[in-house]
Amino acid sequence: MAAEAGEVTLGKEALDDGRRGALPIDPDRDTGESVEIRRDPRRHRTAQRSILLVIGCAGAVGALARYAVALLLPTPAGHFPWSTFWINITGSLVIGVVLVLLAERFPRARIARPLVVTGFLGAYTTFSTYMVDADLLFRGHDITTGVIYALSSLIAGAAAVFAGIVFARFVIRLDHRLNEQLS
Amino acid sequence: MGVLVVLVVAVGGFVGAPTRFLVDRFVADRAEADFPLGTFLINISGAFLLGLLTGLDIAGHMPQLVKDLVGVGFCGAYTTFSTWSFETVRLLEEGEVLEALFNAFGSLAVGLVAAGGGIALGLVH
Repeated sequence: MAAEAGEVTLGKEALDDGRRGALPIDPDRDTGESVEIRRDPRRHRTAQRSILLVIGCAGAVGALARYAVALLLPTPAGHFPWSTFWINITGSLVIGVVLVLLAERFPRARIARPLVVTGFLGAYTTFSTYMVDADLLFRGHDITTGVIYALSSLIAGAAAVFAGIVFARFVIRLDHRLNEQLS
Repeated sequence: MGVLVVLVVAVGGFVGAPTRFLVDRFVADRAEADFPLGTFLINISGAFLLGLLTGLDIAGHMPQLVKDLVGVGFCGAYTTFSTWSFETVRLLEEGEVLEALFNAFGSLAVGLVAAGGGIALGLVH
């Protein structure tokens, strides 16, 4: 599982030279297939089917997890939708942590991104309910709550991603330092 | 919660998440820019669809099971908040401030209009 020291890249240098280990902009895009697989149509098709199945299964679990949180924290009409808010913020925190760990520490864990990021976190967090709930607050003349909900989710989501990225990079550095001291 | 609801939400998620993956790649393969257009179009279209469902539901034309399957399951899994937030932060980190702001506030504005349009359309029918 552990990557060799040469493969570990941190921060902006990793992006500039385009090496593997760089954080993507759109994490749902990459399939994680090797170049050889992508060039072989038959193996590429098989790989695509497996990836779709993994994303589908993780998506089912993510949707159920979101449904469970929504049942635990029901939102009465006209109130701040806390369940969707916390679902989206916790999902944003975890995506930051996971993508840094995958890009900078475990680049060989190919299945982890479709499973955890595209499948589970993508399905667990939701944009459509966020938009519809905000619109329903506006329609019910709860304008202030609607505006606060729309903007606080956006800002807290970005802050959560940033916190996740910073935390994961800190843990990776700490791990390196400990490894150097121990070996 | 009933067994049927669990099954229906799971099926919706099982279809919704891979649909996002396929649509995202379809769009990304055709738009060479760094801007995450795929996620943007996914979230807007999903917000419209859920808005439509919600409008129909308010008008009383929506069985609970369809709401759970298409609304909670499919739309919830098809659209994504975590990827959207992540893309905004990554664009900021890259110094693409305008793209980041457009991704954040553009998605929000267009998403609200799309969902609102969907609700209005559903209410008419």
